[in-house]
Amino acid sequence: MKLRRLIGFNLLTAVVLGVVGFYVGWWLGHLVKAESIEYFDDTGQNDIALFVAYFTGVVGFLVGLGFANYPVQRLLGKPPSLREKETAGIGRYFGLCTDHKVVGIQYLIGIGAFIFIGGLNAMLIRFELLRPTHLAWNGNNYLTLVGLHGTMMMGMMTSGILGPFANYFVPLMIGARRMAFPRIEALTFWLLMAAGTILMTALAFGGFPTGWTGYAPLSEQSNMGVDAYIAFFALVGLSMMLLGLNMLVTVITMRAPGLSWSRLPIFVWGTITTSVLMVLAAPVLVSTLFMLALDRTAQTSFFNVQAGGSPYLYENLFWIFGHPEVYVLALPGMGIVLEILPVFARKPLWGYRLAVTGMVGIMLLSFLVWQHHLFVSGINGDLRPFYMLSTELISLPTGFIFVCALGTLWAGRIRLTVPMLFALAWIFNFLVGGLSGVFLSDVPSDVTTHGSFFSMAHFHYTIMGGLLFAFFGAIYYWVPKMTGFELNERLGKIHFWVMFIAFNSTFGPLLVIGFLGMPRRVVTYAGYLQGANEWVSISAFVLGASMLVFLVNLVWTQVFVRTPAAANPWGSKSIEFQLPSPVPVHNFDRIPTFGPDPYPYGGIEGTRPVVVPARPTA
Amino acid sequence: MWSSRSHGQRIAALTVIGTAIVLPLVVFVLGPHMPPGKGTPVASSQVTDNTVLLVVMTPFTMFILAYLAYALVVFRAPKGEEIVDGAPMRGHFKSQVAWLATTTAAVLFLAIFGTTELLADNGAGGGGGPNPVAKPSGAVFPVQVIAQQWEFTYRYPTYGGVETATLVLPAGRQIAFHVTSLDAIHSFWAYQLGVKADANPGVDNVAYVRTKNPSTFQIRCAELCGLWHGYMSDTGRVVSAADFATWIAARRRQFAPSMKYLPKYAPSYAPDPTFRAG
Repeated sequence: MKLRRLIGFNLLTAVVLGVVGFYVGWWLGHLVKAESIEYFDDTGQNDIALFVAYFTGVVGFLVGLGFANYPVQRLLGKPPSLREKETAGIGRYFGLCTDHKVVGIQYLIGIGAFIFIGGLNAMLIRFELLRPTHLAWNGNNYLTLVGLHGTMMMGMMTSGILGPFANYFVPLMIGARRMAFPRIEALTFWLLMAAGTILMTALAFGGFPTGWTGYAPLSEQSNMGVDAYIAFFALVGLSMMLLGLNMLVTVITMRAPGLSWSRLPIFVWGTITTSVLMVLAAPVLVSTLFMLALDRTAQTSFFNVQAGGSPYLYENLFWIFGHPEVYVLALPGMGIVLEILPVFARKPLWGYRLAVTGMVGIMLLSFLVWQHHLFVSGINGDLRPFYMLSTELISLPTGFIFVCALGTLWAGRIRLTVPMLFALAWIFNFLVGGLSGVFLSDVPSDVTTHGSFFSMAHFHYTIMGGLLFAFFGAIYYWVPKMTGFELNERLGKIHFWVMFIAFNSTFGPLLVIGFLGMPRRVVTYAGYLQGANEWVSISAFVLGASMLVFLVNLVWTQVFVRTPAAANPWGSKSIEFQLPSPVPVHNFDRIPTFGPDPYPYGGIEGTRPVVVPARPTA
Repeated sequence: MWSSRSHGQRIAALTVIGTAIVLPLVVFVLGPHMPPGKGTPVASSQVTDNTVLLVVMTPFTMFILAYLAYALVVFRAPKGEEIVDGAPMRGHFKSQVAWLATTTAAVLFLAIFGTTELLADNGAGGGGGPNPVAKPSGAVFPVQVIAQQWEFTYRYPTYGGVETATLVLPAGRQIAFHVTSLDAIHSFWAYQLGVKADANPGVDNVAYVRTKNPSTFQIRCAELCGLWHGYMSDTGRVVSAADFATWIAARRRQFAPSMKYLPKYAPSYAPDPTFRAG
């Protein structure tokens, strides 16, 4: 790479402009410091300055990447630069690029890095919990670790599968050459990167003690780290909305001729339902955080009891977003698993329509259950039976997904490749996660389990055991297609078995520990739980080590010892595997035509998609 | 190759055998040890509730595990086999309907069962808001729990509103906990009593429980409330009526000089919004 390539609209410029923007905003924010705003003088904290700084910093970052170029050049009447449409070179990955395949790989690396940081936080949390009393971190640092872990994971994993895999594969699966809004697609990624960086800056402002929920009276009285939390989640919400909207428009308007709704691969259905949740739920999050930010800066009182606000308002708004959000984390995993199972069972997807109904059912019901997070909060006590019923009803569509997964295995010819192992593990983990959820949905049981390690273990079973296992399944299934280089299967199997056993050995006991009376987010706990917590911590460290096996595999096979991947190593009949690895820049020379069944296993050969791939560019 | 019918029969048999083995273990071995123990009638019925949930789940779990195990053994492609497709089966209406019917029945049963338990136990020990739907008949013994960063204090309105730092309850009485907060959201969790109620500023959240014999119970804050949340725990006691009378009389004498500084007893107290912590 030539040195002068470093100058221009790229990541380097973006970081420089981002930092400059931050300090300009910081300075501007201190100009508006006013006597009338009471907190400043007695606490020395200036939330307004920090919010302004984050805003200008993000704007600087995006301008540095070149997001302003197109509108500015158009306004000036000049032809827009074609830099973002570059078709080759490593430089594409470090800037604004409108190729959906580049964005997919950017997402994989970028989100992967932040998830890795979130995982390290979990290791530090488990280190502290080796002892029932104080061990390594003081109360504030411990809570900051808990908050950083939870917020980072919840924020980043929302796009954990849609970001890398839907961006890369949905256009291919629907026979399109690009997403509907390629610049917005790139924007969603870079917004997330800005957000993740902002969340890390919370450490410089004293951390935040609120966990990922940021419940209002606490988040209003806490120090400036909460501003980083607010800015992070608002940017994530914005990114989610744009990502979901882009996906919806793409799938609705850009399907190849003949690709009717009932011919879409099930992963596309997982993407659509997730996108609907993103588009409808994320605005609630952004507006809630906006209200919280106003309470902290402009002295409004949305959530301030004494001035007529209500903490219940925050709880309600947060979970109106928060419960669809957890299905944003579940549905893509279901899509991946149902996509992988047919390939390695050599069967069509069993009950395609039932699976789609299940996904749509989950999508609709997920908006009607949020108050099960508030069963003991004292709000709407007489509505608890309704929320108990609606919550338990969600197990019906979830059951559809299970029965479709099991039906696909029926009389199949199962090959236990690494992606298949992860998909099968999903069935087991999500089963445990779903069944433990029944205890939380039942009010009398919830009295014990609410806010305990039981509920924490429950959602780790559904999100980590569900989404993250599906994520890794997708990585082993698709990364050779994305990069053109194979992953090592032996290391993959070691990764899987260590991860699967360590995962269950970590979170299985945590279900019991919660039942035995350990609340979430505590830095000390009762002495009789020490043995169990030591077991869990050591299992968690092994779980962390399994991620290192994966990292070694990824870096070794993709950077150092590269083996070119075959076009179709799995014998898949999905369209992306009819294309060369990696997929050429323009995807297809001619738009493909699709047969009636996305999974024509055991069927007639002619029903697989007819593809004329683009000639590979040199 | 076996027929579809014999696969089905084998999986059904595995499910039945698995359920027959696990179900008695759940009911007779695990059930009596389910949390939160049998310290109060509310806690006991939570134990029953947890056991019933496990019983309903067991056959479903056994079916899915049996199916997975069977599929992994029988439906495996032989090692080294070329990629061969299975039969193109795209669904089976009867089994889909059977699955839907079974899961629907289970879900409806659980929802109805949960609702009856909730109402029969006067809110099952959970906080039901200022005016709970299900109230106990007869006399109640009110205790106010005031959560604050980072401890619980307790006021006894029927004893002049005296405020203490430890929770002592008379045995064999129907207690009404009135849980409120002075600052952030806390949650009052008395584990062995089977009680959990969020403490919200400005809200009087009521939870009912009938105490049994003299015993001790653990109290922890179950909602993240800031810096010392992890240290916000306490031990409460249930004592005989006579011991309680002695104890409360001693507290009233001890705190008599400070009573005039306490705000008058109220369902909730004005929180201080300018107070900042952690």
